[in-house]
Amino acid sequence: MTQDASGVPPEPQPGEPQPPAGTGAGNSGPAAAAGSATSSTPPDRGPLRGLDRALWDAISQGSPTVVTILAIFLALVLGGLLIAFSDPTVLHAWSTFFSHPGAAISAAWQSVASAYSAMFEGAIFNPHTISAAFHGGSVGAIFYPLSETASQATPLVLTGLSVALAFRAGLFNIGAASQWIGGAIVTTYLGFAISLPVVLHAIVCLIGGFAGGAIMGWVVGALKARTGAHEVIVTIMLNYVMYDLLNYLLGTPKALQQPGQANLISPNIHAAAQLPHVGGPPPQVGVGFLIALAAAAAMWWLLARSTTGFEFRTVGANPSAARSAGMSVLRVWVLAMLLAGGLAGLSGAVTIQGTFYNLNTLSYGTYGITGITVALLGRARPLGVVLAALLFGALDTGGTVMQAATSVPVDITEVLQGLIVLFVAAPLFIRAVFRLRAARTGGGMEAVAKGWNG
Amino acid sequence: MELELRGITKRFGSLVANDHIDLTVAPGEIRGLLGENGAGKTTLMNVLYGLIQPDSGQILLDGQPVTIHSPRDAIGARIGMVHQHFMLVPVFTVAENVALGVEHTRRIGGFPTGLLDRKRARSQVLELSERYGLQVNPDALVEDLPVGVQQRVEIIKALLRNASVLILDEPTAVLTPSETEDLFRVMRELREGGRSIVFITHKLKEVQAIADNITVIRRGQVVGERPPSTTDAELAELMVGRSVELRVTKTPARPGDVVLDVEHLSVAGDVIPIEAGGTRNSVDDLTFQVRAGEILGIAGVQGNGQTELCEALMGLRPATGIVQVDGRDISHASPRDRLRAGIGYIPEDRQEDGLVADFSVADNLVLDTYDRPPFASGIAMDLGAIRRNATSLVSEFDVRTSSIDSAVGTLSGGNQQKVILAREVGRRVRLLLASQPTRGLDVGSIEFVHRRIVEERDSGTAVIIVSSELDEIYALADRIAVMYEGRITGFRPPTVSVTELGLLMTGATGDTAAPGAVPGAAPPPPAGPPPGGEAADGPADGVEGT
Repeated sequence: MTQDASGVPPEPQPGEPQPPAGTGAGNSGPAAAAGSATSSTPPDRGPLRGLDRALWDAISQGSPTVVTILAIFLALVLGGLLIAFSDPTVLHAWSTFFSHPGAAISAAWQSVASAYSAMFEGAIFNPHTISAAFHGGSVGAIFYPLSETASQATPLVLTGLSVALAFRAGLFNIGAASQWIGGAIVTTYLGFAISLPVVLHAIVCLIGGFAGGAIMGWVVGALKARTGAHEVIVTIMLNYVMYDLLNYLLGTPKALQQPGQANLISPNIHAAAQLPHVGGPPPQVGVGFLIALAAAAAMWWLLARSTTGFEFRTVGANPSAARSAGMSVLRVWVLAMLLAGGLAGLSGAVTIQGTFYNLNTLSYGTYGITGITVALLGRARPLGVVLAALLFGALDTGGTVMQAATSVPVDITEVLQGLIVLFVAAPLFIRAVFRLRAARTGGGMEAVAKGWNG
Repeated sequence: MELELRGITKRFGSLVANDHIDLTVAPGEIRGLLGENGAGKTTLMNVLYGLIQPDSGQILLDGQPVTIHSPRDAIGARIGMVHQHFMLVPVFTVAENVALGVEHTRRIGGFPTGLLDRKRARSQVLELSERYGLQVNPDALVEDLPVGVQQRVEIIKALLRNASVLILDEPTAVLTPSETEDLFRVMRELREGGRSIVFITHKLKEVQAIADNITVIRRGQVVGERPPSTTDAELAELMVGRSVELRVTKTPARPGDVVLDVEHLSVAGDVIPIEAGGTRNSVDDLTFQVRAGEILGIAGVQGNGQTELCEALMGLRPATGIVQVDGRDISHASPRDRLRAGIGYIPEDRQEDGLVADFSVADNLVLDTYDRPPFASGIAMDLGAIRRNATSLVSEFDVRTSSIDSAVGTLSGGNQQKVILAREVGRRVRLLLASQPTRGLDVGSIEFVHRRIVEERDSGTAVIIVSSELDEIYALADRIAVMYEGRITGFRPPTVSVTELGLLMTGATGDTAAPGAVPGAAPPPPAGPPPGGEAADGPADGVEGT
């Protein structure tokens, strides 16, 4: 993650770029400059100072954040082209390009602008709601798109955190789907099979969901620690196991199947187990979203401020140094997978308790797999994961509105998500497109890529 | 071919890596390029090899200016380079690696078939290895070869591309003493064949042993040219810029109580081949003691069980036998409990086992104490305490870093080692176990590390130094144990001759009775000042005897 402020090319030999002996801390030179982007100013750009300087460095060298933002921008541009060229009106206008060139271009612009603005209005903020509010409409309606986005993002925040936590400990968790199902099964069962007072029931279901996912994660970690089974293989396989286990349970009347139903669907959970929305209708934030934010904050604290997190990060960055320093790598693997599973299980719990209220064979959707992309986009950092999940939530919400308002199919949002991830995963390409100066090897991505080496 | 560099200057930002460097290498000359890490040696050679473009300056071959923009140009100009880190494909055979980039394809009846001509590559390798005494099996997979042999493959690669100037970048950093001797022999043969060699190193003894002329570089500038007969002290002073103590001054040891007591330690399940045929445990039934206030030096050619011994002592490798520290049995303790029992550990491979390169200096300084007061209470870490600890250790151990928040991977090797030393010695330890503590370090850092280790001994710590550098063993040890094929072939006082050590290192057990079996028999303090006697004779000539 180190930014190299003086634009020094990477030295071929890590030992070399050592500032000459003598003055110590004040030395310039590669090693000295590596610390912070603001601390040293190459002589050739005098006028820039302080914040300007930091901004300039961040943009011209492409800090991971800037690369991510540019990747999103580039994906939107390509997505725009795709929208323009799949619109029949635009295509027709192009056929008369040589007689009316202006018409073709304005038709294309029209199409893209209306699609993206519909998406924006659906996901973030619709200007009409403000004028409506002035004329006696609901003030709350202004925030309706945002609350929808937050609701869509909630399960993704948690599965993203699950994958990210495992990443940081050097593990690649493909199994957020199975852990989600594990959590959802326990939550749903507790939700309809027992009766408890209002707040308590919801809490018991949440804990049950966390535990259900944690057990699934623990199995993976324990297998890796005891037998060396690679977590990628185990998690992929467990996903299939859990898909089918869910089908079986939902089809078994004494287990999860709703009485009197032939379909594979569970009974609804009791009202006491459901997560309320706060803020009153219509702009309301699900408690599940707040739980997801709390989980992100807790994970930040765990990683940045706790001894356990220090062990996770050490094992993730260099397992053999961790061993030599007396850490138990096997214990970290088990604990990291347990917590990662718990987060994915919690995702299942809040989705059932806050949105669906029952479980069926489609409930798990693509939360597990999208969690991987969210973690990748968020560079395995809690705040990054929250932002990435919100972006994906916004694309999902906005996509639906866009489809209703224009003729652009909702699938374009998936294309956008795919492109964003593709560009984020190829930082060199982004640097080339935007002519960013080469920086030292990009930090966060390495942690992400390492998971495969297990 | 005569090579001349004129006024080569290269800047990285505000750092002048090369400042008007002039260098001439005559045909058939071995030119030693001596300088500390970061002095600009590697930059200069990367300029010559076309990996870096100089800001100004000229390269002349036989008086003709040439432009070298890429390694391809350099190869075309008959310049070859053997990098410090080899550029080989591990899963290819020697012949395939050598042919890489200059592959010949078979022709049938004059038509190209597109099929590799493996036979030709094989025969070329055989021919070159014959001519220069570079024994290599062309069909061996590179990943199976020891580093010394991999280096030969790199040399053959350069020779096959017709290099008449060969650049060797720190070639001995990865070699054992006997491999170094082999390399020197090859270098002499190449010189006889009229080729020029630029030999980059920071090891004084090596340039004295092999170079025809020595150019010393400091902070990007040529600070002197000297003949190989120049004394150590003068070369070191040129290189570092101040006078350097080449040998730490230390008083005779005053051994106290037994701190480490090892009985019948064996590492099973990891066998090594032995010369007499068959195999043996990599650590085989070792019994020895180390007392407070003494340094036990474990000498031996790399790969005779020293690494396994250290790991077994630290609990990083399953072993049988009894290990006691201060009378406490830790034979079955975890690595963490052994660290807590008062062992400080400086691992052999500092980047792999000693540090987390991406972590800050501050975090690396608490890598094994992060969960103890004052750095943590419960599971909450106290970042303030960690920073204060880092600030004080960085200044106490003179770690040159721009900030305690810099990633430790951006520091030089010497400063990385100081971080490990500060961490391990910074907490109170009873036993310091240091494996190859100065490998790859420059003179200034070696001096510092040695001095701190001796200070640690003087404060009453028991110390074990494992080193394949005899210089280091002689400089530090109060008692020398020699390991060969998993066993200790003898204990000797530091006054022992190099010849005798060399014999022990190749398996001659000498006359010793059961080694180390004499509890209480403290080694006699060497008569007279320790630096005197053996300074002149031995280590300079390296260790052969194989």
